[in-house]
Amino acid sequence: MKPESVEKPLQNAESAGAELEIQISKKFGGQTGGESRVAFDIEADFALTRGITVLLGHSGAGKTAILNCIAGLIRPDRGRIALQAEVLFSSEENIDLPVEERGIGYVFQHLALFPHLTVWKNIAYGLERLSRDEQTRRVGAIAEAFRIRHTIEKRPGEISGGEKQRVALARALVTEPRALLLDEPLAAVDPGTKARIIEDLRNWNAAHQIPILYVTHNREEVFALGERVIALENGRIIAQGTPAEVVRAPRHVSLAEWSGLENRLEAQVVALHEDQGTMTCRAQGAGSGKQVDLEIPLGHSRVGEFVLVGIGAGDILVATRRPEALSARNVLQGKIASLRRRDVTVIAQVDCGVGFEVHLTPGAQEALQLGTGQDVWVVIKTYSCHLLNAGSGIAE
Amino acid sequence: MDWQAFLLTGRLAVMVSAVLLAIGLPMAYWITFSGWRWKFVVEAVVALPLVLPPTVLGFYLLTAFGNASAFGRWWQGITGHPLAFTFSGLVVASILYSLPFAVQPFAASFAAVDRGLIAASSSLGASRWRTFWRVILPLSIPGVITGAVLSFAHTVGEFGVVLMIGGNIPGVTRTVSIDIYDRVQAAEYAAARQTSLLLLIFSFVVLSLVYALNRRVWAVYPFE
Repeated sequence: MKPESVEKPLQNAESAGAELEIQISKKFGGQTGGESRVAFDIEADFALTRGITVLLGHSGAGKTAILNCIAGLIRPDRGRIALQAEVLFSSEENIDLPVEERGIGYVFQHLALFPHLTVWKNIAYGLERLSRDEQTRRVGAIAEAFRIRHTIEKRPGEISGGEKQRVALARALVTEPRALLLDEPLAAVDPGTKARIIEDLRNWNAAHQIPILYVTHNREEVFALGERVIALENGRIIAQGTPAEVVRAPRHVSLAEWSGLENRLEAQVVALHEDQGTMTCRAQGAGSGKQVDLEIPLGHSRVGEFVLVGIGAGDILVATRRPEALSARNVLQGKIASLRRRDVTVIAQVDCGVGFEVHLTPGAQEALQLGTGQDVWVVIKTYSCHLLNAGSGIAE
Repeated sequence: MDWQAFLLTGRLAVMVSAVLLAIGLPMAYWITFSGWRWKFVVEAVVALPLVLPPTVLGFYLLTAFGNASAFGRWWQGITGHPLAFTFSGLVVASILYSLPFAVQPFAASFAAVDRGLIAASSSLGASRWRTFWRVILPLSIPGVITGAVLSFAHTVGEFGVVLMIGGNIPGVTRTVSIDIYDRVQAAEYAAARQTSLLLLIFSFVVLSLVYALNRRVWAVYPFE
């Protein structure tokens, strides 16, 4: 790979309070028995401070591989991993601390609770060096903090999904690790349970203040959890910052995809309204040749430049009459081209000259009695329009 | 019925199963978790007795036990007598002959343990040794029992190797299967019939026990 494509890490100011520093590269796959497999590289360089950092990426982006490198389950080809002042791995100094000596808690995607041990023994598993009394005290305290007291005599097979997640968290945290890795541990629980577990995790960490790296592909979790987000794609970091910076206003097209910005249109900047903090962009329908003007937040663009605008399908309103007295700046007339349902989401394709995908609830569809071919108005707030890239060149 | 032969066979089988537990578990652990590229050679060697004619194994053992081999001389040097045609010789031969019947089920059950649990154990600070005793072994109990029972039963039923290296010395190397052969040779069909029936019932009970214990993992043969 070309050296210039390696982004320089966010060292300097942001790593001043860094607890866990990770600079690793690792090649997976490659040649096997003459047959070339898709090679997969990881090239990651970042630092974690205390508190929760979310590692966001598609499945296959290399999130779990990075966690495994930090935990010591996979050996990176090159690089350095340091926790507080201690070097856990360094290819240069030939240091590679075994997993059991790293003191890093790890909650696996499939939780990996020991099926043959009771919840109590699962949690106490990492405490073997402590006295029986101390074990009892610690297990009791963590079971209290994570509300699993009542499950303590049961086996993992006999408790609910949410309880299993809590046990897995408790088992990792009871050892008082110096850092915690969480690999999509809450993927399988309902949103209410998830919110309560996250709350308990936050409370725990308010007292302990360790760096927590939380892996997910779900943008809702990013907002629920993260003080900081690192976005990963193809084993490389493509963005990092606060959730609002990374997810709400993604500067990267693939980030827009996960962020749920289903609508991405290319538009030409036709006017800048600096006093309003907005600009007008003109998108052109692919088949119709019709033009649609959108008012979007002001970006570093010039008139005549082409920009990519992302709009979440769930952020678009649909009205069956022309709406009036509305703050939204973009009201477009169109026709419903198609309606289909996926789970509890009604997906409408609305043709306004330019096509928009709009997500509605089944209730909304029923209330408005929406059907294919119906005339509707599409309403889009200026701040629901996200600029995905800077200008892609001046036209003409 | 020759109860002496039954007693001898039982003693032999118990000893062989015990030794195979002791050496088979670490071997199976190594076969399951080693990343060595030539591991398949060791696996093939362990599985050899499954396909090798007992006479071939018996012949090589006889050679190895003899004065011409370093092992044979070493054994004679410390015990004062050769291994061939002794009970100790039978034990050594049976261990080799039943090795795959112990190691294969052990290894299969180790391999069936979720690697995530092993990773979880080490991330919680447990050494490999502790992970083995607390996670891998408890979750492999059916396979371990299967291996022990099968090597016991296989030792009870062996014939060719015993004949080659043990001969037919009452109270020393005369096992049940040799006894049956002997009776048939002497045209004592009634005695042969009784002993055979007993052995048949024993084998059936053992196998039923194994199947009942172990409905999921069943790997006697290396061809999974």
